[in-house]
Amino acid sequence: MRYLPKSPADREAMLAEIGAASIDDLFATIPAEYQLKRDLNVPRQHSEHEVMELFRKYSEQNATGYASFLGAGAYKHYRPVIIDSLSQRGEFLTSYTPYQPEIAQGTLQALFEFQTMICDLTGMEIANASMYDGSTGAAEAIMMAVRVTGRSGAVIARTVHPEYREVIATYAQHQGIPLSEVEYVRDSGRIDLAALDAALGDDTACVLIQSPNFFGTIEDVAAIAEIAHKKGALLIVSIAEAVSLGIVAPPVEADIVSLEAQSFGVPVGYGGPYCGVIAAKEKFIRQMPGRLCGETKDTEGRRGFVLTLSTREQHIRREKATSNICTNQSLVALMVTIFLTVYGKEGIRELAEQNLAKAHYAATEFGKKAKLLFNAAPRFNEFVIETSQAAEAINAGLLEKKIIGGLPLAKWYPELGENASLWCATELTTKEQMDAAVKAL
Amino acid sequence: MAEQKFVGTPRKATTHVNQNEGLIFEKSSPGKKAYRLDELDVPAVDAGALLGKSVRKDYGSLPELSEIEIVRHFTRLSTWNYAIDLGMFPLGSCTMKYNGRVNEAVSRFEGIADAHPYQPESLSQGTLGIMHDLSQYLIEITGMDAITLQPAAGAHGEFTGILMIRAYHESKGNARKKILIPDSAHGTNPATAAVVGYQVQNLKSNAEGMVDLAELEKLVDEDTAALMLTNPSTIGVFESDIHKIADILHAKGALLYMDGANMNALVGKTRPGDFNVDVMHLNLHKTFSTPHGGGGPGSGPVACKAILEPFLPSPVVVKKDNKFALDYNRPQSVGRVRAFYGNFGMFVRALAYTLANGYDGLRLTTEDAVLNANYIRAKLEGIFDLPFKTRSMHEVVFSDKLQSKNGVKTGDMGKRLIDYGFHAYTVSFPLIVPGAMMIEPTESESREELDLLIDALQQIAREAEENPNLVKTAPHTTRIRRLDETTAARKPVLRWKGPEQDGLTRDTPSKEW
Repeated sequence: MRYLPKSPADREAMLAEIGAASIDDLFATIPAEYQLKRDLNVPRQHSEHEVMELFRKYSEQNATGYASFLGAGAYKHYRPVIIDSLSQRGEFLTSYTPYQPEIAQGTLQALFEFQTMICDLTGMEIANASMYDGSTGAAEAIMMAVRVTGRSGAVIARTVHPEYREVIATYAQHQGIPLSEVEYVRDSGRIDLAALDAALGDDTACVLIQSPNFFGTIEDVAAIAEIAHKKGALLIVSIAEAVSLGIVAPPVEADIVSLEAQSFGVPVGYGGPYCGVIAAKEKFIRQMPGRLCGETKDTEGRRGFVLTLSTREQHIRREKATSNICTNQSLVALMVTIFLTVYGKEGIRELAEQNLAKAHYAATEFGKKAKLLFNAAPRFNEFVIETSQAAEAINAGLLEKKIIGGLPLAKWYPELGENASLWCATELTTKEQMDAAVKAL
Repeated sequence: MAEQKFVGTPRKATTHVNQNEGLIFEKSSPGKKAYRLDELDVPAVDAGALLGKSVRKDYGSLPELSEIEIVRHFTRLSTWNYAIDLGMFPLGSCTMKYNGRVNEAVSRFEGIADAHPYQPESLSQGTLGIMHDLSQYLIEITGMDAITLQPAAGAHGEFTGILMIRAYHESKGNARKKILIPDSAHGTNPATAAVVGYQVQNLKSNAEGMVDLAELEKLVDEDTAALMLTNPSTIGVFESDIHKIADILHAKGALLYMDGANMNALVGKTRPGDFNVDVMHLNLHKTFSTPHGGGGPGSGPVACKAILEPFLPSPVVVKKDNKFALDYNRPQSVGRVRAFYGNFGMFVRALAYTLANGYDGLRLTTEDAVLNANYIRAKLEGIFDLPFKTRSMHEVVFSDKLQSKNGVKTGDMGKRLIDYGFHAYTVSFPLIVPGAMMIEPTESESREELDLLIDALQQIAREAEENPNLVKTAPHTTRIRRLDETTAARKPVLRWKGPEQDGLTRDTPSKEW
């Protein structure tokens, strides 16, 4: 086997050194009845070329060469080439969690830069070194708010990504965190502020909204924060489309931000790995889940970085930890950091503005053939339309023209009917593709 | 310099030049750019007019640099890291094995890397096929009946598995109250049990560091939901009484959860499903070679017996009429544990690893991993204290008992190993071994590299006798020395706040170098 660096003679010599007659001697502690006496029923060894060809086949069985208008929590943006050339360096790719900081300063400094950029972008004071993704990050943010406030309930906007809400329900079910949902206003797609106010009680730990929300609508974060804070609840803002932060004001009124940073240079990749991250006000630091990288000095006064405040974490605190999370998304956080460095202060604004322009053009053009919903509030790069036929039927027709249409919404929002769908345009969506889709509607 | 810093002679390491590099924010200048956007093919918009008061005005300290500066920045940072590609990572419990590069190449094929999770199933037969095929192989390797790939890491897999156990007991009318966890367990185990609403009951290990059957029998009752067991245990020894352990649990209706962190010792030699495990997780970033990436992404599939299959997270991949599909109609499911389908990119890599190895390569991998650990044990027993004498599998746990009489602790020797050109072994874990030195070489080490590690540890043991202070102040050859972790935690600085407010960042790093 080509990954194994031993010759048959090495194996013999080593067994002799150990004093074992055969390799099976080393497995003698496994009771005989449980020893596998046959080959595993998995394929034979494949050459590197055969592996490449097999995966080329898998790849070809998937969509290639289609124009896609899908977003909904997974966004296709351009990934500068240096993201992979740098993150694929073996020193990043094949290093371990930086528990030995003297030989992990590369990873640690990059994480410190990541945390700083996330703070700048979200308007928060601290950020952790990543969570699995936006959905689990939102669930952990709610658990964090419960610990901070000593209250139990969470009020969630129905315009938070439906799969995020499913994950939250899974996490909350055995922790005594009652969940309730608040409807959206039909003309704007924004959370219903009066209903929100009514849903808040003395035991509400937090309000969770998403902005831009699942319909692409930008919420009035300040107004929501005021309502939440008046009742002593924290406001958590989930952001699924991170590029929006290039042009949309950060949710500074929030107490906790749960960001899915996939848009910053991470492949759409059939849904993962992505890069969640929790950012918050500094006063909540002790309740933050996950790893934190901090600056310090070495014994000779030189700047260095370490994983810190680990007494919050499972390997120290065990069942009393703030979360059970251990492995996070370090390498993906590095990709995000490189992406943000490439675009920088000006580029992230220009990029977001292009997304805004493309989606504005698309919404305007689609609006000529279909009904554009939720016009009473600003949107970023997604919009909802109501077509004259069922969204599924429209999409079936579009596939023939090598276009993957918008996401039908009836599964999660039956009240919008079979004809409603969610469309996304990023800087990579061309005018030609949009015009073709509109024409085919 | 080296003469003063060593009693012996490091054979693997030599002086390494790396360059100073500030924080990216300190290198930024307004007006520099590393990007150019496509020409806009639609009319430009006035963001202020479209967004109103929601428009952004402040961008904080996001940096502005050119492409070459960015490439140098991250390349310089990378040279400050140790990595598998540089040498052995003897971290016990972490399975730091070689990460095949073909895995990276195939994960970037267009149809795979650009696949959208909501694109039609008819256009996702390749990605669904990858999930299906990997699932089948992992089921065969573990000897279980069903699997979910959704959990994003090992701890997330534990969470999923314990949720399923809870749902199973609830379906029988009683969720039960507690989870038994050996005192040798990973910290994630008790943390997980707590998140699922169970009390944690500590199970004391016996004199050999193994499950104490009498103690287990005493503790298991009708309130026990499950035992979370790592097998081989965290001292690297196979629980030979595993069938009795399972029987004791099953007799009271409790289930056996296996933490699969140490599965690299078992693949192709024995199957947890055959020794009566009910549910387990795998760490694809350990056993199946997906890169550790400085702390993730991981992937933690959960395999289970048929009795737990109805409770798997939704959706599951199914094959109908020769087509792959996602089945969301799972009324007894514990729910969804992550958006979309999990860390899909890791499934690609794990499948490529499995295919490259084949059934015989997987078995030989396990045999080499166990051979390597036993070789290290044979060469170092006597030089270091070996608290448990049972035959080791894929890792060996020594203690610092002999060296600590000179004041040299496990952590010191771990740091000293860095000077000899290695990463440290796992320090002070498992907790049942005072001063634990946990070494897992994996199969990826040649005899030559193993001999270098053995030589380094022998020299360190000699140094602990002849010049303990040298070991206690290690490392000596790294670009920075031991870091002040107390101040880091007491006055946390978690972000760069600009040159003005920041006393700490004023000095240029590493002047002496």
